[in-house]
Amino acid sequence: MDKAKKAFLLTLMHTFLISVAVSCIFPLVWMIMSSFKTYQEFIQIPADINTWRGFLHWFLPHKFNLANYISAWRDGNLGMYFLNSVIYTFLAVSGIVFVSSLAGFAFSRLEFWGRDFIFHLFLAAMMIPIPAGFVPLFVLLTRIHLVNTRLGYILAMINVGLSLSIYLFKTFFDNLPRDLEDAARIDGCSKLRIWWNVAFPLAAPATGVVIIFNALNVWNEFILAVIIFSDKARLPLQAGLMEFAGEHIGNEPLIMAGLTIAALPIIVVYLLMQKHIIKGITAGAMVG
Amino acid sequence: MKTLKRDYFINFSFILPALIIFSLFYIYPFINIFFLSFTGNELSGGTKFVGWENFRQIFTEDKEWWNSVWHAGYITFWALTFQNFLALVLALCVDRAVKTGRIYRVLFFILPILSEIIIGLFWRTLLSPIKGVAAPLNISPVHRLVNMLGLGPFLGTFFSNPLNNPKTALTAVALVHCWKGFGWGFVILLAGLQTIPEELYEAARIDGAGLFQRFFKITLPLLMPVIVLVIILTILGTMQVFALIMALTRGGPAGYTEVPVIRIFNHLTQYKIGYASAEGLVLGLILIIVSFTFMQLSRRVKQT
Repeated sequence: MDKAKKAFLLTLMHTFLISVAVSCIFPLVWMIMSSFKTYQEFIQIPADINTWRGFLHWFLPHKFNLANYISAWRDGNLGMYFLNSVIYTFLAVSGIVFVSSLAGFAFSRLEFWGRDFIFHLFLAAMMIPIPAGFVPLFVLLTRIHLVNTRLGYILAMINVGLSLSIYLFKTFFDNLPRDLEDAARIDGCSKLRIWWNVAFPLAAPATGVVIIFNALNVWNEFILAVIIFSDKARLPLQAGLMEFAGEHIGNEPLIMAGLTIAALPIIVVYLLMQKHIIKGITAGAMVG
Repeated sequence: MKTLKRDYFINFSFILPALIIFSLFYIYPFINIFFLSFTGNELSGGTKFVGWENFRQIFTEDKEWWNSVWHAGYITFWALTFQNFLALVLALCVDRAVKTGRIYRVLFFILPILSEIIIGLFWRTLLSPIKGVAAPLNISPVHRLVNMLGLGPFLGTFFSNPLNNPKTALTAVALVHCWKGFGWGFVILLAGLQTIPEELYEAARIDGAGLFQRFFKITLPLLMPVIVLVIILTILGTMQVFALIMALTRGGPAGYTEVPVIRIFNHLTQYKIGYASAEGLVLGLILIIVSFTFMQLSRRVKQT
């Protein structure tokens, strides 16, 4: 009796889980399948659509036609936006790792005036929501002539990731034994050398979390990009996708190809490193 | 060993790059937004002080602003109930009972890592009628699928053109938001569930506690801090939703899906800097009050 009840409950749970999983995955598969279709193929409905054969005939592309991809990448400028995003993500994340590991090291190991106060200032920045922060930021960038520049965007994105990354580095160093650094100090290493040769390499796990969290953040960023850039040639991928979709309204399979170009690299990287990514994101959320 | 003045200076230089960027790009704008909110609408040169005028307009005249707050609140309501409840139930299913749990964790988290723009443009394409064909084929791809599954009579009215219909647009946006977001709550709640020691359940089972008793006496109280965290982050995130709606509807039809950040963004692009700043401060204040009240409430509930 009890066993039958348990089996029933398990079946119910599995059905539920599988149906939710299908609702996540099916639309993405639909997107990829549509991206291979010609426009005529996309809009037609076969007469026997209510049978499985007809459904598959409608759902699957007749052949894997890459014309939409070539058109989106070249004529739709997605190649350009993609490259821009690669550059911004690489530079902003490198900047965040450099600046925040230096600061995290100092907040954990070194003494200077106002240390705890300044650290708490960084923490407070994570807690207080300023929904319109982009308004005074735009005013600032206009005043210092960094509006519509790549440098302005990259600096703004470094700032976005700073607080959390400093916090992650500081707590990591707090829990790290000091033996190796002491040995290096006795050997006469300067503080900068200790940070670069000893502390930073030891902090590789923290660096990994910081890279994953911020790379995803910069790659998916939209609002600052549309505010800062007026020049289309400098837009990153998310803002570029909006331009692209606006220019090609009505050509559904082409838009699907563009969206697949944007989504697939993220999905592949995610599937390869899902364990680290999930850990990194939850670590980021738990701090807040 | 005494620390020299020179040492303090060297030590301080380690945080200098971070401090410079932070002061320029966070602290200065943070202070400046208070000044800007009392000024007129010129971008630079001759910022005109207008006193409380912007706030007076927001609180007494700008009905559309409060509509947009209400819209965000409506989406937040869906996110708090439907999305978080779904996340919790899924997390409970995967936590201990199911051996293939890791696969589900991987699958459910794909949507949260994709950008709001991709998700928004994707659903806009699938929920808008296909224009290149004559009736009766000029219906949205999702509507076609619904008809195919024989669900047309029940869901047809909703899916005929959900994003362009004032009656359904906001709900459609909220549902897309939930679809994208539930995996995030799921992963955090699951991480919380897995910190509860197995021995507690074991002991309760030996004492004869049933499934529901174990849930209400062990799981729920121990998970409470994580649930509170998820609720607060859901409120803060959803009230500031922007990119997803820009991709789905741009606030349309006729402002029926407009949310506060879209209004602030539009005012900024019209160079109404002062008004946009004031709107931002009002929204920030609302968020602080709501999350603070909620934290106080949950603390009081915990004590009783």
